[in-house]
Amino acid sequence: MYRNHILVCGGTGCASGNSQQIFEEFENRIRAKGLEEEVKVIMTGCFGLCACGPVVVVYPEGAFYQQVKVENVKEIVNEHIVKGRIVSHLLYKDKTAAEEQIKALNDTTFYKNQHRVALKNCGYIDPENIDEYIAYDGYQALIKCYQELTPQQVIDIIKESGLRGRGGGGFPTGLKWQFTKNAPGEVKYVCCNADEGDPGAFMDRSVLEGDPHALIEAMTIAGYAVGAEQGFVYVRAEYPIAVKRLQIAIRQAKEYGLLGKNILGTKNNFDLEIRLGSGAFVCGEETALMASIEGKRGEPRPRPPFPAVKGLFGKPTLLNNVETFANIPQIILKGAEWFSSMGTDKSKGTKVFALGGKITNTGLVEIPMGTTLRTVIEDIGGGIPGGKKFKAAQTGGPSGGCIPAKYLDIPIDYDNLIEIGSMMGSGGLIVMDEDNCMVDIAKFFLEFTQEESCGKCTPCRIGTKRLLEYLEKITSGKADLQDLEDMEKLCYYIKDNSLCGLGQTAPNPVLSTLRYFKDEYIAHVVDKKCPAGVCKDLLQYFITDNCKGCTLCAKKCPVGAISGKVKEKHVIDPEKCIKCGVCMDVCKFNAVIKK
Amino acid sequence: MSKIKLTKVPFSGTAKQEKELRDKLATIKKMDGALMPALQAAQDIYGYLPAEVQQIISEELDISLEEIFGVATFYSQFSLNPKGNIEISICMGTACYVKGSGEVLDKFKEILKIDAGDCTADGKYGLVATRCIGCCGLAPVLTVNDKVYGKVTVSDVEKIIEENS
Repeated sequence: MYRNHILVCGGTGCASGNSQQIFEEFENRIRAKGLEEEVKVIMTGCFGLCACGPVVVVYPEGAFYQQVKVENVKEIVNEHIVKGRIVSHLLYKDKTAAEEQIKALNDTTFYKNQHRVALKNCGYIDPENIDEYIAYDGYQALIKCYQELTPQQVIDIIKESGLRGRGGGGFPTGLKWQFTKNAPGEVKYVCCNADEGDPGAFMDRSVLEGDPHALIEAMTIAGYAVGAEQGFVYVRAEYPIAVKRLQIAIRQAKEYGLLGKNILGTKNNFDLEIRLGSGAFVCGEETALMASIEGKRGEPRPRPPFPAVKGLFGKPTLLNNVETFANIPQIILKGAEWFSSMGTDKSKGTKVFALGGKITNTGLVEIPMGTTLRTVIEDIGGGIPGGKKFKAAQTGGPSGGCIPAKYLDIPIDYDNLIEIGSMMGSGGLIVMDEDNCMVDIAKFFLEFTQEESCGKCTPCRIGTKRLLEYLEKITSGKADLQDLEDMEKLCYYIKDNSLCGLGQTAPNPVLSTLRYFKDEYIAHVVDKKCPAGVCKDLLQYFITDNCKGCTLCAKKCPVGAISGKVKEKHVIDPEKCIKCGVCMDVCKFNAVIKK
Repeated sequence: MSKIKLTKVPFSGTAKQEKELRDKLATIKKMDGALMPALQAAQDIYGYLPAEVQQIISEELDISLEEIFGVATFYSQFSLNPKGNIEISICMGTACYVKGSGEVLDKFKEILKIDAGDCTADGKYGLVATRCIGCCGLAPVLTVNDKVYGKVTVSDVEKIIEENS
């Protein structure tokens, strides 16, 4: 028994803030004090509150230390661990908590409104130690399947639970399993899509980093249910920590006889291999992902035949994403009814979102389906920093859309999001405030999809290029109203005619911003102005009365566009100005503005 | 897909590197779908995938050079060009972008006088606009080789280049 547990976050966000060194420093100092028998230091997966990283939590008090530096370790050990006095100046300050008061982690507004199923173990266990996973009911679901359930019964439980694919499409998971089981063939495969391509989303990575055994257990269960003995996890190469922890977990599971031949002494075999992606967004599309595992260009192909019938290496293949799999063991253990009691009518369970952008509590949150965007942004997310005004929330990444303020009270589920022109996607949720230009955001996503279009089908390859050109024309002030109309037509053409999900959804960012923020498009096209002050070509620089006449800007201006006498207000000649922004950077009196 | 640019830097692979690659390929070629792991291993060894390296893979895996070139140019992680000694990667994920990483990238381009995806003529600095690296809490984020810089602003850019010169 240990009297204290020190949990250091080892997720990518905190690791970038040196949490590995913090972990080592704790170990060294605990050892130096001879406390290694009493105090255990553990490196866990992501706690979720990445904005406060690097994060350290000390149990049993549950003291949540934020933005910890290596220098702070000495103080925490000397004060908290040795003397039992909590280091209050390093504590996470919850908005609702009185000064100096420690709140149990689960009582902070950030965690209170969450419900952790897929992230159950993230931030609680050491992901590199299989015993900790086992202590938290790990591999119990697999044992239950082997001992008590037939493969068909396993699939029935998943069907009854109402679980839908968490990768974006929202296809019922149980049905997918059933199709794969029913497909004729001796050899079948189970695949996991961990190629999280949506820029600004890191849900899957956090599960891989924080709870890799949950994925291994779920895939082994899936293998039993559909009749497959080989699994593949397709992970982004950009996630080195996730890959390393998954490798360790696979090795440990094999050592414990939980993976490989004759698992747990039964006749069941299941093996798992990791394959690395190499940076192609289209590989999130299932047929493209399988082509990539086969060692080809990751190009999608028309369906049918669906992967359940003809997938990897031409064999029936079950493909689910990481978060979908992470739900499976608990559904098996706690039952379909427990799972379907959470969520809305057609969307059961919880959903993990990566909260980012203009929001105070950037991080990872898991909420029951049906929670409103307002709760996520204002309560869990802590609102928008700097007193700025909310403009839109973007979900679904490059395939999704922007949700304006008037829909903040809509319960989040698959169907509601599609109705308001966005989609669930894999779970990126980016908040934007009044300083973000919606046309510029649409252009940003189109630049992404245009570059990531694999080029196989014409509507997507050329369509996205043309669409991007329209947006460039608009943001540079060269477009007219006819262009807006033509652009919208082109959007529908691309949607209707593209081969795969990438092309079919690529126009969504444009369509949704056109739908809710048409006034911004009109401002760019008719008034030749960018209301948010983002689109460079439409901006003009001005010098305000704050000018002290120090002449610095005039000296630095590369084109000599600024004139004025010493100690008098200067003026910028808009004809000469090339909008490089140097004057604004060098001004010590904040006298240069752009609008 | 972006335009394919081929390097003019002469190939400087060593015999030791070649042996390491051929040894690794001997194991990799037994896998189903061996080409991706083969290219990843080669890039680990050489840092990029020049024609000479693709030729070795072609011989070992018995896959045509044309097919290898097709796969190598499809994925953005595979590079046909050598990288700068000091690789500056600016995250262009959505979370970073809405917090101003686009402007940070522009500043680097302006100071180093190169475009994203290029390296300076002396091979010292390479500039990359990278996909989400997943520390959205630190947005805008950039990395210089393995060092991470968080919450970067345009005014930090010069200092970052100086620090790493």
